[in-house]
Amino acid sequence: MTTAQDNSNSDTGKSATSKSAIAIDKARAEGRAALIGYLPAGYPSVEETIAAGIALARNGADLIEIGIPYSDPVMDGPVIQAATTEALAKGFSVRQVFDVIAGITSQTDAAVLVMTYWNPVVRMGVDEFSRRLAEAGGAGLITPDLIPDEAAEWMDASEKYGLDRVFLVAPSSTPERMRRTVDASRGFVYAVSIMGVTGARSSVSSAAEDVVAAAKAAGAERVCVGLGVSTAEQVAEIAAYADGVIVGSALVAAVRDGGVDAVAQLTKDLSTGLTRK
Amino acid sequence: MADAPTAGSDEGTVDAFLQGGTSLRHAPGPYFGAYGGRWMPESLIAALDELEDTFEKAKADPEFIAQIADLNKNYSGRPSLLTEAKRFAEHAGGVRIFLKREDLNHTGSHKINNVLGQALLAKRMGKTRVIAETGAGQHGVASATAAALLGLECVVYMGAEDCRRQALNVARMELLGATVIPVTNGSQTLKDAINEALRDWVANVGDTHYLLGTAAGAHPFPALVRYFHEVIGEEARAQILEQAGRLPDAVCACIGGGSNAIGIFHGFLDDPPVKIYGFEAGGDGVETGRHAATITLGRPGVLHGARSYLMQDDDGQTIESHSISAGLDYPGVGPEHSYLADIGRVSYEPITDSEAMEAFKLLCRTEGIIPAIESSHALAGAIKVGQRLAAEAGAAGASDKIVVVNLSGRGDKDVATAAEWFDLLDKDSAEAAIGKEGEQL
Repeated sequence: MTTAQDNSNSDTGKSATSKSAIAIDKARAEGRAALIGYLPAGYPSVEETIAAGIALARNGADLIEIGIPYSDPVMDGPVIQAATTEALAKGFSVRQVFDVIAGITSQTDAAVLVMTYWNPVVRMGVDEFSRRLAEAGGAGLITPDLIPDEAAEWMDASEKYGLDRVFLVAPSSTPERMRRTVDASRGFVYAVSIMGVTGARSSVSSAAEDVVAAAKAAGAERVCVGLGVSTAEQVAEIAAYADGVIVGSALVAAVRDGGVDAVAQLTKDLSTGLTRK
Repeated sequence: MADAPTAGSDEGTVDAFLQGGTSLRHAPGPYFGAYGGRWMPESLIAALDELEDTFEKAKADPEFIAQIADLNKNYSGRPSLLTEAKRFAEHAGGVRIFLKREDLNHTGSHKINNVLGQALLAKRMGKTRVIAETGAGQHGVASATAAALLGLECVVYMGAEDCRRQALNVARMELLGATVIPVTNGSQTLKDAINEALRDWVANVGDTHYLLGTAAGAHPFPALVRYFHEVIGEEARAQILEQAGRLPDAVCACIGGGSNAIGIFHGFLDDPPVKIYGFEAGGDGVETGRHAATITLGRPGVLHGARSYLMQDDDGQTIESHSISAGLDYPGVGPEHSYLADIGRVSYEPITDSEAMEAFKLLCRTEGIIPAIESSHALAGAIKVGQRLAAEAGAAGASDKIVVVNLSGRGDKDVATAAEWFDLLDKDSAEAAIGKEGEQL
């Protein structure tokens, strides 16, 4: 389990060396929330994921999440499932995620994280995965099915390689779990806006603001909100109370329907919502 | 019962697990050695905590215990019989074989034990809706049954492939008032049904209990599901002592996720002379890659909330499993089984589709019992175990050897599959072609 020592340099202590924290703080200094865009690696190809990631960064995204396609994505809705299933069918292999990360970080200043279900990391070896991610210039990991209770190995590896640990908090998280998760996190905390899976929704649940408040009350310095966000209006709504806004399925749909150009256009549009009114 | 006469010599020394007198029974979780835990989205942790708390309180509540006992007796028809299969046993080296008749339970399998317990827990938590995954349809039927009995809404996720293989069970669930949702993702089988059920649960956890059908998943499910199935092993142990005057030499069960197996194993875990065998689905043969022999060939990983043996590729992607038996067609296995395998207390071996179907036919023709194809894997394994025991004991000693088999379900649901299978065999097709077409039944 994590030690008190690990916890002490979590979301607060080590921010100077956290790529995610630096990116979010830069946005904050500009008087706005950070924009975080998600793309699944290898959809529709590794090259296009890199191109789309660069387009994200050049059109207003401060952080980028690169998802690893996985056979059993229990937290994903239909749009992302379809994309990752296609990537796997085309032969995507996990090690290619490091090519994607390196391809984007070599061309942009965005903090680039990997979002992954845990088993592919376990299979490669947590230390090995972490080392390669750091070498590729990655900022850290977002782990939708890894809770701090099971993260002892990842706590060690992330400290060793200076990687951010982005755990999720949810509307259902108790104050005790909120504190535990915030303490274990590094870089930022990912607030799940609603009880559900990924996918665009017509409105963002009011629960999101409460989750952010609870995470802040538990000591989080940076809280970003994801799930269901697809429009500049929703971005603006969340930017009013969160440090960052995470957009996933809408960008994946843009890749699907219009390729890199559509990603650039949507990112530009979404970023108009970031400035705090 | 600790001093009950046992099977005699302990040449297969299996006492490593009893170091310091530690019991293997009632393992509470969340960890079973290096396995188990909670590899789950944070959104569901509060629900798992609530379930664990409700379960712990219920176990200590005489009223709950009495409710379960009453339902088991007056609704499910427990205790289930222990039937000696004398004609079948002639094909297993002449040892004595006893069948634990879970096929005689209401709804036709062991699954009813777990669903009644969990449905009662759902009521205790004030939940009005239950969701379930199902492979063969037995757990779905059992869940729909418990939901009807206790007045709960029920939604069952079932792989589209399995819906086709088990169309009558879909109709059964609908007759019982459940909504069946075919799952078209991935391999369209049990694992994908679980994925979809988890997505539903995340979105509806406020009023919904996920009635997980096997002794797998995140804590507390493995320990909780086992708890409701422990009655199988407790009854079987008492029955064999009464009928044969001693403990068996071996206990056999089939393993998909492993709920029927952990239920009967539990009764004998602390009896070192009793050898315990779990038979996994070998599909077309483990050498073909088309199988569901998770422990035999898998590697530890995390899936559906627990660390356990897992069929996965070098990237950690789950490999699609294959079995003629929808109920065993799962690339994971309950974490307690992984632990029992590692410490050597239970031996896990694969049984091919062909071996299972031969045992299926044999039981039909020697005992007048049509077994589930799942359970037929245990029967095929028991034939092997019986022959081994007989070889060790010699012709004269074989009839003193005793094997208990968990006949986890009845085969009415499998009649169409079996009829097609045996027609193919009559045509004397090549074995590979049979396996391939068998998969498409």
